[in-house]
Amino acid sequence: MAMIVADRLVKRYGPTLAVDDLSFTVPPGQVTGFLGPNGAGKSTTMRMILGLDAPTSGSATVNGQPYVSFRRPLRQVGALLDATALHGGRTAFNHLRALAWSNGIGTARVREVLDQVGLTSVAGQRAGGFSLGMAQRLGIAAALLGDPPVLMFDEPVNGLDPEGVRWFRLLVKSLAAQGRTILLSSHLMTEMAITADRLIILGRGRLIADTTIADLLASGPGVFVQLRTPEPDSAAALLTARDAIVTQLPDGALKVTGLGREAVGQLAAANGITVLELSSHQTSLEQRYLELTSDVVDYQTVAAPSITAPAAN
Amino acid sequence: MDTAATIRSQPLPPLTDIVGSELLKIRSVRSTIWTLIAAVGFNIALAAGSALFIAGRLSPDQRGTIDAVRLSLAGLHLSQIAFAVLGVLVISTEYTTGTIRTTLAAVPQRRTVLAAKATVVAVIALIVGIASSFAAYLTFQALLPDGDSMRSSLADPGVARAVTGGGLYVAVLGLLGVGLGAAMRSSAGAISTVLGLLFVPPILLTLMPHDWQTTVGPYVPMNAGSQIFIIRPDAMTDSGLGPWGGFGVFCVYAAIALIAGFTVIRRRDA
Repeated sequence: MAMIVADRLVKRYGPTLAVDDLSFTVPPGQVTGFLGPNGAGKSTTMRMILGLDAPTSGSATVNGQPYVSFRRPLRQVGALLDATALHGGRTAFNHLRALAWSNGIGTARVREVLDQVGLTSVAGQRAGGFSLGMAQRLGIAAALLGDPPVLMFDEPVNGLDPEGVRWFRLLVKSLAAQGRTILLSSHLMTEMAITADRLIILGRGRLIADTTIADLLASGPGVFVQLRTPEPDSAAALLTARDAIVTQLPDGALKVTGLGREAVGQLAAANGITVLELSSHQTSLEQRYLELTSDVVDYQTVAAPSITAPAAN
Repeated sequence: MDTAATIRSQPLPPLTDIVGSELLKIRSVRSTIWTLIAAVGFNIALAAGSALFIAGRLSPDQRGTIDAVRLSLAGLHLSQIAFAVLGVLVISTEYTTGTIRTTLAAVPQRRTVLAAKATVVAVIALIVGIASSFAAYLTFQALLPDGDSMRSSLADPGVARAVTGGGLYVAVLGLLGVGLGAAMRSSAGAISTVLGLLFVPPILLTLMPHDWQTTVGPYVPMNAGSQIFIIRPDAMTDSGLGPWGGFGVFCVYAAIALIAGFTVIRRRDA
């Protein structure tokens, strides 16, 4: 079975733990999103899977074997790590042909993947003149060269235009539908929400969640009520007395979880609190992701002050 | 790292594929072609210029002592830079552009990759070096006036060795560049280092006590290596080891650089 398995991976750079005791499995037939803020350790983990960086401890295997043991790796795993990693003086065609040659792959296949990513017309042009979007397509073509059962893409949609993003989404979904194992990294939840079936969420090198999109949404405080009032302190005190969880948003409004809109409205009316706005909301995946990673991002904007700390979360 | 043991237990991918891939890489960038054309052109141009404009201006004294074969190969003193730089760039640009990760993901057997690059550089430098040395020598001979005392033939003692030696010298110099490029992973750093190794010691030695020039002089890299394309050694190139001995010393420098390069590429994260 074509799978990627990370087993207690640790990568330490001096005093920094880039990857901290990370274990996960990427199964075939699905698109697995590899999600986390910048610096969470996604790229480092991918490099360790490809045998480019040696783990400080732990191991990573593809199809049960360490990557460095493969004789024709491109036929086992296709990877796009950094699309801009190109020799500017070499043509797209020669870039792919050199890669293909090292793995015993013929020129016909090079033309095929160039066609598949829509670069045939610029195949003879030097990569130095490529836009980021064209470089991404070339990187995707390189990953597809060996027709591998396992594919890894690191931030593949950076620089792609909207049509390109859509094209890539359909491509990875069709590759997964063929039974391939797909690991797709991003720091954007919005893109993952529509592309991935499963999510592995990292923060500061640690596993935060290994879940499906549906489970992730269900696990959070899905619905909340937004209350805007000139008396937020007294409103918050009343609401927390009714076991609601209350946080103040940056714009001054209160975010209430645990009580419905009607209950909040009645409580406000019964206590003579002026209501300027009362609305109910569904937590988006984006918000859920931000909640999960908010305490592990390296740099963040000043957090909204919390009137009452979340009770049990 | 325990991966080394794993690599050994697995069959290697066909070496011809990896060498072929590296050969395609080196010839698919225009800088390689221009570098080599410049090197060949300079070797021949300097030989022609020496025969036409220098030979007639030499004093009878100089004519008696000069190494005319070395004069015909004088272009090597500049064109060697091209081969050293070619050797460095073939590996250092993989690091500066980031393509090393693509390369090593395609062929995880790192030392095989570096060996393939070294082979390609050495073979190209050897072929181009020998061809351009012969072309330079023959141009020089053809342009000398009839009966000139500096005329020689390839059948004369040491001449064929010296002319072939021009190619051997640049091939080993290319390997020195590959080793430094892999060890330092930086184009600027490795190019400065290889040029510094070549040109600085002979200049410094002219400022040193005179006996250092004769004791240390023949063993610094460029002086050691150039003995293979010299017929009449001078104080700075007469090691007493002979042309092959001096060349052997030069090979040791290249071997040290390559060992450093192979150690770094195996041990460090890409």
